[in-house]
Amino acid sequence: MEDFEPKIVAFVCNWCTYAGADLTGTSRIKYASNVRIIRFPCTGRIDYMLLIKAFDEGADGIIVSGCHPNDCHYTSGNFHARRRWIMFRALCNFVGIDIRRIKFSWVSAAEGAKWADIVNSTVSSIRELGPYDEYKKVAGRPVKEVAHG
Amino acid sequence: MDDLIKRAKELLESSRVKVVIGYENGTDGKTRALFAEKPGDADNLVFNSRCIMNLAAYVTKKEIRNKGKMALIATLPVMRAVIQLASEYQVNDDNLLVLGITPESKLIEFKDLAEVEKFVHQFQIEIDSRNKEMLDKIEKMTPSERWDFWIQELSPCFKCYACRAACPMCYCSRCTVDFNQPQWIPVPSHELGNLEWHIMRAIHLAGRCIDCDACYNACPLAIPLNLLTKRMLQDARENFGGYQPSLKADHLMSTFKPEDKDNFIL
Repeated sequence: MEDFEPKIVAFVCNWCTYAGADLTGTSRIKYASNVRIIRFPCTGRIDYMLLIKAFDEGADGIIVSGCHPNDCHYTSGNFHARRRWIMFRALCNFVGIDIRRIKFSWVSAAEGAKWADIVNSTVSSIRELGPYDEYKKVAGRPVKEVAHG
Repeated sequence: MDDLIKRAKELLESSRVKVVIGYENGTDGKTRALFAEKPGDADNLVFNSRCIMNLAAYVTKKEIRNKGKMALIATLPVMRAVIQLASEYQVNDDNLLVLGITPESKLIEFKDLAEVEKFVHQFQIEIDSRNKEMLDKIEKMTPSERWDFWIQELSPCFKCYACRAACPMCYCSRCTVDFNQPQWIPVPSHELGNLEWHIMRAIHLAGRCIDCDACYNACPLAIPLNLLTKRMLQDARENFGGYQPSLKADHLMSTFKPEDKDNFIL
C-alpha cells in the first residue's frame, strides 16, 4: 500500500471554505495535493447524489465543508445541510458505506490553517484505510490503481 | 362493509364526489384499486385484511384528479399519507374527502382534513417487532458485513419501480432516476445502480415516509427495501425527536434546530 495515493473530493461552499482554502494557498501553507476541490454556492446545495457519484467515479474519500453555524451567507443553508448530513450519514452507515471516508467540517474564510489540517488528516486517515475497493468493485472500476503524481 | 358501499353510493348519487377510490377483489386472491364513478360501481367495493395497498398513491395521479372531487377509502396508514400529501400541497379539502376505516374496522367519515389529522395523531407510527429485530440484526453487523448484506439483498432488483409506483410520497412528475443528463442512477440491473436507486429512494423519503410498507408489498421480489425507510424513521426519532405527518408543522428535513447534533463535524 506504500504507493497508494488517495483521491479525495472536497465539496466546499463558495463563501467560507473555498475562501479559506484560498487563504491556505495565499498564506503559502503546504498541504496534501490529493484533494480536488469542487465549489458550491452553499453546503445547502450539495445533493446526496453528488457524494455518491464521487465514490462512483473512484474517490477514496470525501470532504464536505462549509461555513460555521450562524455564518452562512444565506443565513441557514449550513443548518439545513447539517440535518441532511445526519440522515445521510446514518443511511450510508446502514447500507455499509464506510462513513470514515466522508468527513464533514466547518472551515471559515479565515481558517486557512484549519483547511490544511483537515485535508492532511483526511489524506492520512484514508491512506491508512487504503483504496475504497469495495465501492470500486461495484462501480466497475479497476481496484488496483497505479500510483500517480 | 354494507355501510361503506351504501355511503359510497350516496356520495356518487348526490354528486358530492365524482369518484370513490376503494378496493375490489382482484385475481389470485388479491385486492386491487377500484375507481367507482357510477353508483353501481360501488357494489364491487370490498374491505378486508387483504386490502394492503396504499390507495393514497392514486390521489396525486392526473388521471384520477381530473375526474373531480375524490373520496378515498382510507385505513390508518392511508390517512397518514393523505395528511403528509396535504402538507405538501398535493391534496386539500376541495378535492378530497376521506372515508376512514378505523383499526377496529369501523367506518368513519371526516368532515375535513383537519379532522383526519386529529384522528391520525392519536396513534404513533410503530415499527413492528419482526422488522425491529431485523434492523437490530443489521445494526450489529460490521460495516463490510452490512455492505455485503445489502449488495446481496438488492442484487435481484431490476428496477421495475413498483416500489415507487406504490408509494404515495413518490409523486414527482419527473423522478431523479428518469433523468439521463446527467444519468444519476445507472439503468441496468446491476449492483451499482440498484444500490444507488435504493439509497436515493430512502433519502428522498426521509422525514416523509409514513411506514405503510406499500413499497415492500409491491416488490415482486420481496426485497426488504422498507428496512431502509424504517431505519430513516428511527434515525429521525433518535436525532430530531421523530415526526408525525402534520398539516401545519414544518417538515422534518426542511427545517432545522441550531442545537442539532454536530459531534461528527470537524
